[in-house]
Amino acid sequence: MIGELLRPFDFEFFRNGLLVATMAGALCGAIGVYVVLKGMSYIGHGLSHALFGGFAASSLLGVNFLLGAGAWGIASALMINTVTRRRVIGSDAAIGVITTASFALGLALFALFGTTGRSFDAALFGSILGVGTDDVIAIFVVCILAFALIFLRYRALLFTTFDPDVADVAGVNTARMDALLTVVLACSILATMQVLGVTLVAAVLVIPASIARMLTNSFARMLQLATGIGAVCGFVGMNLSYQLDVQSGPTIVLVAAALFAAVFIATGVTGRRRAAAITAQSPLAAR
Amino acid sequence: MSKLLALSAVTCGYVDDAVLVDVDLTIGDREFVGIVGPSGAGKTTALRVLAGSMPAAHGTVTRRGGLRMAYVPQVETINWSFPVTVRECVLMSRVTGRRLPWASRAEHAQVADVLGRLDIGDLADRHIRELSGGQQQRVFIARALFGEPELLLMDEPTSGVDVRLRHEILHLLDDLNARGLAIVLTTHDLNGIAAHLPRIVCLNRRVIADGAPHEVLSPDVLERTYGASMEVLEHSGMPVVVDSYRRAHARQHAGSRA
Repeated sequence: MIGELLRPFDFEFFRNGLLVATMAGALCGAIGVYVVLKGMSYIGHGLSHALFGGFAASSLLGVNFLLGAGAWGIASALMINTVTRRRVIGSDAAIGVITTASFALGLALFALFGTTGRSFDAALFGSILGVGTDDVIAIFVVCILAFALIFLRYRALLFTTFDPDVADVAGVNTARMDALLTVVLACSILATMQVLGVTLVAAVLVIPASIARMLTNSFARMLQLATGIGAVCGFVGMNLSYQLDVQSGPTIVLVAAALFAAVFIATGVTGRRRAAAITAQSPLAAR
Repeated sequence: MSKLLALSAVTCGYVDDAVLVDVDLTIGDREFVGIVGPSGAGKTTALRVLAGSMPAAHGTVTRRGGLRMAYVPQVETINWSFPVTVRECVLMSRVTGRRLPWASRAEHAQVADVLGRLDIGDLADRHIRELSGGQQQRVFIARALFGEPELLLMDEPTSGVDVRLRHEILHLLDDLNARGLAIVLTTHDLNGIAAHLPRIVCLNRRVIADGAPHEVLSPDVLERTYGASMEVLEHSGMPVVVDSYRRAHARQHAGSRA
């Protein structure tokens, strides 16, 4: 039995996939806390779709996927951030236009020219088969960047997330904090795309943070819990993905969703009240 | 008294729909100023322009170099569901210097000190939603003070609070001002708050009057500020504003009874 469970560790692709899935879970768990509390879930969902356009274009042009889709994703992220802050048009409408147009472009490019390089299905739903050393390095680098940002700018990020107008007065450059957070979000989605797929990344951003919110009222503990829960979901989901022969993205999301349901039931009224409050945006946060 | 900041001929908003028009306002060191006016008079906008979180369309805003300001928003605008304890809320305001996420021993002592001064020392690990209205207001004053400001800007600090709490907040602010902190607050409460302050600015898109309560709180100024007739009485040497409509109504009511 134990031997059967450990057998996939003999394969390099599985070890790489497991490493990437665990780091991706931790990364998305941590970034997801800011995404959820700032009400940016729609941006996370949109960005993952926007990256698909960059994925398709870089795949067809033979450009390195991480560079091509990365540049595309960061450009989309900054565009969304600018539109959201300046309120040029309604932010939901702007995000919808930018990201779905980018996603549609990716689909059109694949339809017109077919797929070369990375798999179409892998990009949409995630797969461990294509995970290579470059993916491991990419997610490791993004993890270092993201956790360095969270570690070194912890208070400024917390202040910006909780009370941006007041943070501004206190001397926090909230525009820079928002831009940094959006770029890190884009990089995180890019680095996790291979394992989770663009259609499922948003779930991994939202679910661990939501589980953590049900368990605590402290921001620091929520951040720690979401990181740990994300990593556990990535690790368990990837193992199950191999054992059940199901794509990695759906398996990881289902593990996270099952954990959410368990915590939702176990925490009772308190957990339900906290989970319900996640979407309750203050007038300041909503602006 | 040295000048902390000044608005000079500041206009905010659109040309045909300006929220503030030609506003001149100077805030000096250690001053305690109340901005009063009806709803939509531009009180919060004036505060935000002073704070620097809203730009002026015209005019100039001058701040003393390196001025440390803190802003206490209206409690109605706080996201009370946000996962943050009292301690975390206070600590987040110190964003310069220490880079590490956790507080140093000295910072823990300072948090305990500021919470103790505000009489909420035993609530440090409670979630902000689990507090009473007065305690919540104190947490945000504590957060502002922890940033060691020279100027405290407060938007309607006594909005929706009962008389006892209003007195508590006023005494607390008096005490902070006596220790050297300059304070600018907005308020609707003419008798409960404004009349107790050393300086009042009556605002209705423009500055209608600016001075000590006994100079500013006159029927003429109040009518120009609020667009409604008011009478000003005196009680223990302090001006008391009475709504003329209510007074006339009360007289009429008493007459009909007689």
